[in-house]
Amino acid sequence: MEKFIKHTGTAVPLRRSNVDTDQIIPAVYLKRVTRSGFEDGLFSAWRNDPEFVLNRAEYKAGTILVAGVDFGTGSSREHAVWALQNYGFKAVISSRFADIFRGNSLKGGLLTVIIEQNDVEALWAAIEANPATSVSVDLETRTVSYNNVVLPFAIDDYTRWRLMEGLDDIGLTVKNADSIDSFEKSRTTLKPATLPIRG
Amino acid sequence: MGKTLAEKIWAEHIVRAADGEPDLLYIDLHLIHEVTSPQAFDGLRLAGRTVRRPELTIATEDHNVPTLNIDKPIADPVSKLQVDTLRANCAEFGVRIHSLGDKDQGVVHVVGPQLGLTQPGMTIVCGDSHTSTHGAFGALAFGIGTSEVEHVLATQTLPLARPKTMAINVEGSLKTGVTSKDIILAIIAKIGTGGGQGYVIEYRGSAIRALSMESRMTVCNMSIEAGARAGLIAPDQTTFDYILGKPHAPEDFDAAVKYWSTLYTDSDAQFDVEVNLNADDLEPFVTWGTNPGQGASLSSNVPNPADIADPEARGAAERALVYMGLEAGTPLKKIAIDTVFLGSCTNGRIEDLRAAAEVVKGKKIASTLRMLVVPGSARVRLEAEAEGLDKVFIDAGAEWRNAGCSMCLGMNPDQLAVGERSASTSNRNFEGRQGKGGRTHLVSPLVAAATALRGTLSSPADL
Repeated sequence: MEKFIKHTGTAVPLRRSNVDTDQIIPAVYLKRVTRSGFEDGLFSAWRNDPEFVLNRAEYKAGTILVAGVDFGTGSSREHAVWALQNYGFKAVISSRFADIFRGNSLKGGLLTVIIEQNDVEALWAAIEANPATSVSVDLETRTVSYNNVVLPFAIDDYTRWRLMEGLDDIGLTVKNADSIDSFEKSRTTLKPATLPIRG
Repeated sequence: MGKTLAEKIWAEHIVRAADGEPDLLYIDLHLIHEVTSPQAFDGLRLAGRTVRRPELTIATEDHNVPTLNIDKPIADPVSKLQVDTLRANCAEFGVRIHSLGDKDQGVVHVVGPQLGLTQPGMTIVCGDSHTSTHGAFGALAFGIGTSEVEHVLATQTLPLARPKTMAINVEGSLKTGVTSKDIILAIIAKIGTGGGQGYVIEYRGSAIRALSMESRMTVCNMSIEAGARAGLIAPDQTTFDYILGKPHAPEDFDAAVKYWSTLYTDSDAQFDVEVNLNADDLEPFVTWGTNPGQGASLSSNVPNPADIADPEARGAAERALVYMGLEAGTPLKKIAIDTVFLGSCTNGRIEDLRAAAEVVKGKKIASTLRMLVVPGSARVRLEAEAEGLDKVFIDAGAEWRNAGCSMCLGMNPDQLAVGERSASTSNRNFEGRQGKGGRTHLVSPLVAAATALRGTLSSPADL
C-alpha cells in the first residue's frame, strides 16, 4: 500500500447527509472481479445531472471530498472505497462516517477525516467561494488546513502509523502467527466446522 | 464489575492484545459469497497465501443470482463470471460451496443458521453488512470489507478496535399484527441511522425474550441500519431448541448448552448507553423516506419537513419526499404500491412466508400490483412447498421464485423501474437500492401481504 503522510489538493463540496454506499456505488456496478474501474459507477445516479458537483468544471480536479454527516452508511462493499479512489480521491472529510466504510477506507489507504459539523460547513463555504482553495490533509500533524484555518483531527496512533508506513494488515498479523497457533490449540472443540459436510 | 455478553465473547476470542494496538480476534466462522470475495482470493494468490482454515469457511451464491430459470446458465455474462469465479476459487482453496440448484444455496444469512453453523458464543464474519443477523443466537457477528475478507481467509483472525456497548431494552408485549420488524424499524427511527455507530447493541427485555429465533434474526439483521456493526441477543431455551437437530448442531449437545448458558450479561455489568422502548405501544411501522430511520406508524401521515427542528434532518426529509414523490400530510395508508417484495435476509425465512401466506390465503392480490415471493434459501423454498405455501401465493396471484437476495438490492434482474414504488420486507430504502429511480417502503411480512391485497400500504387489521 502507498504511504500516506500528507496530501494537498483541491476539494469537492458534497452537501448531502446520509450518503449511503448505494449512492456511492449502486449494486449493479459490483459485478467486477477486479479492484479497478469502479470510477464509472461513483455516484452514478447523480452523474447525469450536469449541476451535480462532480460534473462542474471548477471541481473536476478535486482530490478531497467534503461530505455531510453519516457518509458511507449501509453495506460493507469495499467497492465504495475503490470507486472513490479509482476516481482520484485521496481523502474524504465528514463529521461522521459509518463504521464499516471507515474501516474499509483506512485499510485501503483512503484517509477518512472526522471534523466537527460547523467546521465542515465553514470548509464548504470556503471551497464554494473559491474552488481553487488549496486544502491539505496532514497525517503527520493530524490536521486539515486551508487558507489560514488549521483544524486538528483525531485518528488512533496505530492506524496512523500503519498508513504512514504503508503497511499491509495481513503482513503485520502473519508476524504473530505463533499466537494464532497457540490460540487454536486451546480453542474449545464445541465450536462447529463446515467440513466434513453433515447432512 | 461484571461483563456484558459482547465483552465476554470478545474476551474469549482475543488471540493477542497489546497496548496501543487493536486486539487480534479469532474468527470462528467465515461466510463468503460471490460479490465481495473475488478480489480477496486474488490477493491471496498474489501473496502466495492459502486459506488458513477452510473448515471454518463456507460459501454460497446469493447476491447476483437470478430467481428464475436457475437450471439454465446465468444470462448476464458479468454475473456469470462472478459466480464462476467464486466456484473456481472455492475449488482451488478447498472451501465448501452451495451453488445455485443445491438445497443449501440461498442468502448467506439464512444458510448459516439453517445448517446449524451459527451458534452462541461464536465470532462470525462475512463480507456483507447484514452479518449482524447471526447475533440473534448470542454470537458476535458483523460485516467486513473485502480487505478484511482476505485477512480472515489468510489468518482466521481480524485486528479490531474494541466497540462500545449499548443496551436496547424492549419491555412489554406486542399487539396482534405487530412483529419484530416493527420493533427494529421503530428502534431505528428512534436512535437514527447513526445512533448505534461504534457500538455493539444487545437487545434485551421481555418483548425480545418472547420472540422466536427467526423474529430475533430480523431484529439483529437491521442493527446495521441503526449504525451498529453488530447486534446480539443472549441465548436461551428458544435458541437451544432451534439449533437442536440442525445438521451441524454440536454432537455433545448437553456440553454445548452448558457452555451457552454462561453467555449472558452479568447483572452488575455496565453498558455505555441504554435505550428503552415500550412494546405495548408499538403499531405496524413503515418507512416513508430514503433512509431506514425515516419511518412512522402505518396509521400516521407522511411527516411535514417543516415540523422537523434539526436542519440537517429537515433537509434530508425534504429531499426524501421529492425522491419518493410524496406530499406531506398524506395518510401512509393512502400510498398506492406497484410491487410487493417478500424475501431477503431480513424477512425471507419460513416463518415470514407462513405469516404472509396466512394473510393472502384464499384471496387475490390487487390487480394494480405485482408480488414477488423470494424464499431466503432453497431449503426454505422446499419447506414452504411441502406446506403448500407456494400454491397459496400462486393462487393469490403472486410470483413464486427461487432463492437469493433478489430485489433487496437489485443486483440481479429483479428490479424496480424508474418511479415504481415497492412495499418491501427488506432492509434498505436508499435511493435506487431496488433499481434506479425505484421508491421503497420498508414493511413487515404482514404489512406486505395486506398491502398486496389492498393495493395501498395496509396492515391485516385493515382487511
